Amino acid sequence: MMKKLAISAAFALAMAPIGAMAAGGGDQHIEDFAFSFEGPFGTFDRNQLQRGLQIYTEVCAACHGLKQVPIRTLSDEGGPQMPEDQIRVYAADNFEVFDPELDDFRPATPVDHFPANDSLGAPDLSLMAKARAGFHGPYGLGLNQMFRGMGGAEYIASILTGYTGEEKEEAGVILYENTAFPGGWLSMGPPLSDEQVEFADGHSNTVHHMAQDVSAFLMWAAEPKLMARKQAGFVGVLFLTFLSVLLYLTNKRIWAPIKGKKTD
Amino acid sequence: MSGIPHDHYEPKTGGEKWLHKRLPVVGLMYDTIMIPTPKNLNWMWIWGIVLTFCLVLQIVTGIVLVMHYTPHVDMAFASVEHIMRNVNGGHMLRYLHANGASLFFIAVYAHIFRGLYYGSYKAPREITWIIGMLIFLAMMGTGFMGYVLPWGQMSFWGATVITGLFGAIPFIGEPIQTWLLGGPAVDNPTLNRFFSLHYLLPFIIVGLVAVHIWAFHTTGNNNPTGVEVRRGSKAEAEKDTVPFWPYFVIKDLFALAVIMAVFWAVVGFMPNYLGHPDNYIEANPLVTPAHIVPEWYFLPFYAILRAFTSEVWVVQFASFVTGGIVDAKFFGVLAMFGSIAVMAIVPWLDTSSVRSGRYRPMFKWWFWLLVIDFFALMWLGAMPAEEPYASFALIGSAYWFGYFLVILPILGVIEKPTAQPATIEEDFEAHYGKKSGAGSDAATAPAE
Repeated sequence: MMKKLAISAAFALAMAPIGAMAAGGGDQHIEDFAFSFEGPFGTFDRNQLQRGLQIYTEVCAACHGLKQVPIRTLSDEGGPQMPEDQIRVYAADNFEVFDPELDDFRPATPVDHFPANDSLGAPDLSLMAKARAGFHGPYGLGLNQMFRGMGGAEYIASILTGYTGEEKEEAGVILYENTAFPGGWLSMGPPLSDEQVEFADGHSNTVHHMAQDVSAFLMWAAEPKLMARKQAGFVGVLFLTFLSVLLYLTNKRIWAPIKGKKTD
Repeated sequence: MSGIPHDHYEPKTGGEKWLHKRLPVVGLMYDTIMIPTPKNLNWMWIWGIVLTFCLVLQIVTGIVLVMHYTPHVDMAFASVEHIMRNVNGGHMLRYLHANGASLFFIAVYAHIFRGLYYGSYKAPREITWIIGMLIFLAMMGTGFMGYVLPWGQMSFWGATVITGLFGAIPFIGEPIQTWLLGGPAVDNPTLNRFFSLHYLLPFIIVGLVAVHIWAFHTTGNNNPTGVEVRRGSKAEAEKDTVPFWPYFVIKDLFALAVIMAVFWAVVGFMPNYLGHPDNYIEANPLVTPAHIVPEWYFLPFYAILRAFTSEVWVVQFASFVTGGIVDAKFFGVLAMFGSIAVMAIVPWLDTSSVRSGRYRPMFKWWFWLLVIDFFALMWLGAMPAEEPYASFALIGSAYWFGYFLVILPILGVIEKPTAQPATIEEDFEAHYGKKSGAGSDAATAPAE
């Protein structure tokens, strides 16, 4: 029954001219945070990722899972790159996973994934930074995204900093006003407050900074091979450009006698 | 194989002669690669090589991806993430494959519009054209089913909407839709059969491509003048042509390298630009995305599909005449498939005796308007189905059909073409000057 309903809903959306549904968040405000990983040469800031991990662990993990991310990848190159023994302690201290062999919960190890967490119906954050976008302009063409990235991390940071402080109750649920959320009201209360997380190195822990740190971490969680990919891109483009030049010269040389231009 | 006189393969050594008597495979390869090719081909003739490359790229990356992918509704999404995170080079493979589809469609659209401008579809190349259209349809099927496999939100809802099109067929639509899906809704059986067909269709495309190449190697290539290669003797043919190897192989490889550099930059620096963020959310039958948008390469046809709503008088008329059998939904489906069908039968719609658009002063304007129309429809397909987009989409769809069904047949009758060069050699020399020692009259063909 639900499936049938959902299918008819899809039809209605796809086939019929519905004005109200289509606008889809023109009222959102996504702030353009300057992340270190933007653009062709952008890289992750390792310290920022580690701070982001700490914020995720101490704050977000209470409600949100990260089920696609293996804990061991925290030590991978191009990520938070923590020492392996530290990760072993981190996993055991912070997470419990269900082991079907023991038929019981046990402390997590690096080979486990971060646990799923849908106790409160909060979405999994593994791919959130790629499942959202900002910068749709101009005119919905999305040209801005070519240069500034798809804007997923900006979206998350904008949500975390976008609370106005207004609340309302709707059907027994408290909704919080947020300038970045489509529709303007969401059921997650402001998760961060100033000085909520203490960093070992005493780094600034204002909401504004923490929002960026955790968004950067989630970008890494969604795209752990980002730096390797950009490097492969750079090497490939360089190689192909060189190959193009060689083939251009070969082509010119081969055609010269056919084209009847002054040849030697 | 080719109708153009040229040197054929002669086995020289004993081993070659032995093989040639039993299986003339070397001769086949030689004749294919050494085919006399009009020497005035311009840069719009590179897309064939690009397309061949795309097909190979997609098959090779696809076969490796299959080794790590699991076609099951509970595991497909996670297995794609497994490829992205754990498989060596998996993230590059997947991004190459996903963006490779886009390159494939960019190339095929350029290739099709090249054919439309230079009249490559006209006699005697109708079979080449029709086979090309079949390849295009198979590509669309493959692309659509491939997009379902990651089992994200757009995968699921795209599959729901597109298979729903078949449900719009009167009387037999619903059983057909159920049969396609393997059940009442998009679910595990759908994913499994799409996976199977997504693997099968590329190999059918390989077969069609072989026939496509066979067909135009029989008729010879078209060229920017549309003037045929002289075939009276080998010497005469050689004035108009050069062998495909090395002249066009190297030229095409140069073009391919430039395109690959751009493609590689997209894969390396913005691999998700052409995708939809919603497809990074696992499929959920209970949550409908705010916008269901197909991949960019389907957008022009998607715009045509949506353009014919029940408020359009043609739709109301069709509904009235058929006693309500053809409703707006079915009309849209007919229009979408019809928009490709009219393109497929263009060899018999274009009445002009002149092949190349270069010598057709009125045709040129209508052609470029069609190109603009195509891009406008692409943009409109991504816009919400509301005013003013709906009206523009209707105008755009009307022009698409008008171009093929009305303008092309009439133009051939009323248009006065400009002078064509007598030979390909004449056109070539007008561009590049005369080859020393060649003995032909000074050419006055229009240069570009």
